[in-house]
Amino acid sequence: MNLDIYDFYEKMEKSNIMLSFKGEVTSELLTSILQIMENKMENLEESPKLRRKVYNILVECLQNLYHHIDHEKNGASDSPNKSAVFMIRKDGEAYFIITGNYIEANKIDLLKGKLEKINSLSKDELKEYYKEVLNNGEMSDKGGGGLGMIDIARKSGQKLDFNFLPVNNNFSFFSLNIKVSPN
Amino acid sequence: MESLNIEGSAKTPTIKFEPATGKLLIRGRSIPENSIEFYKPLVDKLEEYAGSPQSSTNVDIQLEYFNTSSSKCILDVFKKLEAINAGSSEVVINWHYEEDDEDMLEAGEDYQAIINVPFKMVEMEEE
Repeated sequence: MNLDIYDFYEKMEKSNIMLSFKGEVTSELLTSILQIMENKMENLEESPKLRRKVYNILVECLQNLYHHIDHEKNGASDSPNKSAVFMIRKDGEAYFIITGNYIEANKIDLLKGKLEKINSLSKDELKEYYKEVLNNGEMSDKGGGGLGMIDIARKSGQKLDFNFLPVNNNFSFFSLNIKVSPN
Repeated sequence: MESLNIEGSAKTPTIKFEPATGKLLIRGRSIPENSIEFYKPLVDKLEEYAGSPQSSTNVDIQLEYFNTSSSKCILDVFKKLEAINAGSSEVVINWHYEEDDEDMLEAGEDYQAIINVPFKMVEMEEE
């Protein structure tokens, strides 16, 4: 297969992609990405308020990828694929953080239920739900506390825009598209 | 009892705790992937301090960013302070936030609603 790099470039340019990554998400990668985005937003002279919102939401999105990636066995080589993808783009005044990763089919219902619950809540109800989960004394061995998605919804002020794309019997591809506006 | 001094990094805050004066400071960013490990020395130290605290304990929380993994650990720290406050020391938590950082103010108010310790919300001017 011939890879048309110019085609990639043009698509990214037209979609205003500021940064994109596909691969294994490591702690060092997160540190670098956060540093790069901080510099970019500073150069663009974004307001401190928008910078903080984008930074906070980016941390949660990327750490979700870091903690929760499920491995899809690649049919051809049978090698585990720990890759995730994420993109950050800017459209007008708003930033979009888009992530994609494999999820085991048997975990979809639980996650979907949680995301739908978050989307059904008002701003005040989300605040109460956050406090409830914060104080429930549970902490996963991965260090997450089940607060990430609630926090993303609260800070972005938007409903969570997500999708599960079935890949095969065992895996789907989970994607999340978060809009972060200045107001 | 010895002081606890942890130097800040790109993902973890500076922590200074002086049992001799009852002063605790947490300042900077708290966005480690695994925060339990990071906060354990402080939680353990506060547990020890609870046995013989100063008559007043002054806490300054001056965070620029914290992730949700840290938020549960910060709650654990505050629960230790709540127990100390219920005992023989008067605890005050000064929660600092930058003047237009409503999210950080709200985060402080969330803790205030859960923890039975006097909170002071301290607005800082931007640099």
